[in-house]
Amino acid sequence: MEISQSKQDVIQKTKQYKKRSQILEVWRRLKRNKAALIGLAIVILLFLMVIFADVLYDYKGVVIKQNIPNRLQHPSLAHPFGTDELGRDMLARIIHGGRMSLSISLVSVAFSLLIGGSLGAITGYFGGRIDMVIMRIMDIFLAIPPTLLAITIVAALGPSTINLVIALAVSSVPTFSRIVRGSVLMVRDVEFIEAAKAIGATNRTIIIEHILPNSFAPVLVQTTLSVAVMILTTAGLSFLGLGVQVPTPEWGFMLSSGRTYIRDHSYLTLFPGLAIMATILSLNLLGDGLRDALDPRLK
Amino acid sequence: MSKQQPLLEVKNLKKYFQTPRGMLHAVDDVSFKIAEGKTLGVVGESGCGKSTTGRAILRLVEPTSGEVNFDGIDILKLNPEQMRKMRQHMQIIFQDPYSSLDPRKTISQTIEEPLRLNHIIPDKNARIERVFELMETVGLAERLFNTYPHELDGGRRQRIGIARALALNPNFIVCDEPVSALDVSIQAQILNLLKELQSRLNLTYMFITHNLSVVNHFSDDIAVMYLGEMIEMAPAEDLFTQPLHPYTQALLSAIPAPTLNKKMDRIILKGEIASPIEPKPICRFANRCIHMQDRCRKEHPELIEASTGHFVACFLVQ
Repeated sequence: MEISQSKQDVIQKTKQYKKRSQILEVWRRLKRNKAALIGLAIVILLFLMVIFADVLYDYKGVVIKQNIPNRLQHPSLAHPFGTDELGRDMLARIIHGGRMSLSISLVSVAFSLLIGGSLGAITGYFGGRIDMVIMRIMDIFLAIPPTLLAITIVAALGPSTINLVIALAVSSVPTFSRIVRGSVLMVRDVEFIEAAKAIGATNRTIIIEHILPNSFAPVLVQTTLSVAVMILTTAGLSFLGLGVQVPTPEWGFMLSSGRTYIRDHSYLTLFPGLAIMATILSLNLLGDGLRDALDPRLK
Repeated sequence: MSKQQPLLEVKNLKKYFQTPRGMLHAVDDVSFKIAEGKTLGVVGESGCGKSTTGRAILRLVEPTSGEVNFDGIDILKLNPEQMRKMRQHMQIIFQDPYSSLDPRKTISQTIEEPLRLNHIIPDKNARIERVFELMETVGLAERLFNTYPHELDGGRRQRIGIARALALNPNFIVCDEPVSALDVSIQAQILNLLKELQSRLNLTYMFITHNLSVVNHFSDDIAVMYLGEMIEMAPAEDLFTQPLHPYTQALLSAIPAPTLNKKMDRIILKGEIASPIEPKPICRFANRCIHMQDRCRKEHPELIEASTGHFVACFLVQ
């Protein structure tokens, strides 16, 4: 009887001091940041657009269907963003192009964050010889401009979307490992890490539970910025014929192929450019807002 | 020193750091014993190796050589997994309650962590019950259960640190200047709490501080460190009434007295602390000592037992 009574007590107490749900807390803090909310709204809109691209425009019938008599039309009611040099509707191509641009950049950022982040966390935490060896290798990679590195990798592996993602991911691994290592180094010597060691935490627990949550702020910002860089690098590679292959629509590629007509048909470069800009801007606003919202010290 | 089997026995503990200018002797050949339920106060000025000694005993820094026998086991010989298990019995309370708590974890998460990681209480509800119990033990109100460290003052934060250390039911706790970052009124509260916990839970403390009045109030034995070495060790009362080492005498004369018009015979030390890098085999205190003799600059004084339980390393008493 006694035991169950105290159990009841605990359950009741825990309820009373129930932890305000972490996610709700973050949302409450994020809501105060108007810029972040705008960013979030645009990001959601972009994702909805990309997910339902097939519902809006048929891929085979509209997006890649050439219609030469219709070429290079200025924006009108029938074609809100005009048509390109092969008579394809620009709005449809931008919506479908978002699929390529967003998935390529997000997947490659995710990969380089995972690989670069783990390398950075390990080298920063353990230091010593591992740090020396891995970081010197990263330095070698950093010495090569990322675009050039990506070109080399795609040229070696052959042009395809998967190889493009690999190239983009590898080319930004050094940046991520540097940034993660730097912020891990700042956290590593704070006393609460020693405290965790004293209560018997393993290195793995210390890295995952204490070091990473306390060092992700600069990483989050870098992640959102990287998405932008990825889109632009994809554009560059596609322009060189090493990225997305015709007729697949992709923002960067559309931007560079519209260049020829920029004098008389500026909308061909304007709209893909605006799409890239909106994506990057909204991700940056959201990333900034999230960084602040995830920090319990900022009320 | 008490006659019973000591809980902790440190023998010839050394911690050297490699620096560009040579070996830094942070802790040099320190030996002592602490009996169960007793407190050893360790005093000395900044940089004399007090904290490093405390951390080396817990292997938070790996000692260069020596022996640390805890309950009869030499913990320096344990492998990492055995050491991890051993940590349940030996804990530490840190100096700075601001940096010793993870700012992204709530109080309950911080106190619960040792219980969770060591699988002491597998059941979540029972664990929470224990967290409430610990919070009560250290005098934290229940409503603080889900607050973050930055929302609390220094005294409360230090109580969290104490609760975390107590969570695993340790026998031995290194208190690394647990009150020096707190203001005076709160210092007393925390000291009283530590004292009360000691008698209630039969804890053994190694109490590191630079505050002599605190150490007198708190310790059974006191060890004085200077430049990585232990220069005097005695029961607290002995040390305060008959300090033998000139450095201890100077330290004691510097304690502020709460009386007006009392003439104080302060011994003012001249000069600076010598470099701990590659020290010569002479008395390390020689260049500041008012009783310096020729011998002090030629030989290194060993720690000898001057009277029962009173150890000192000085040629004046040899």
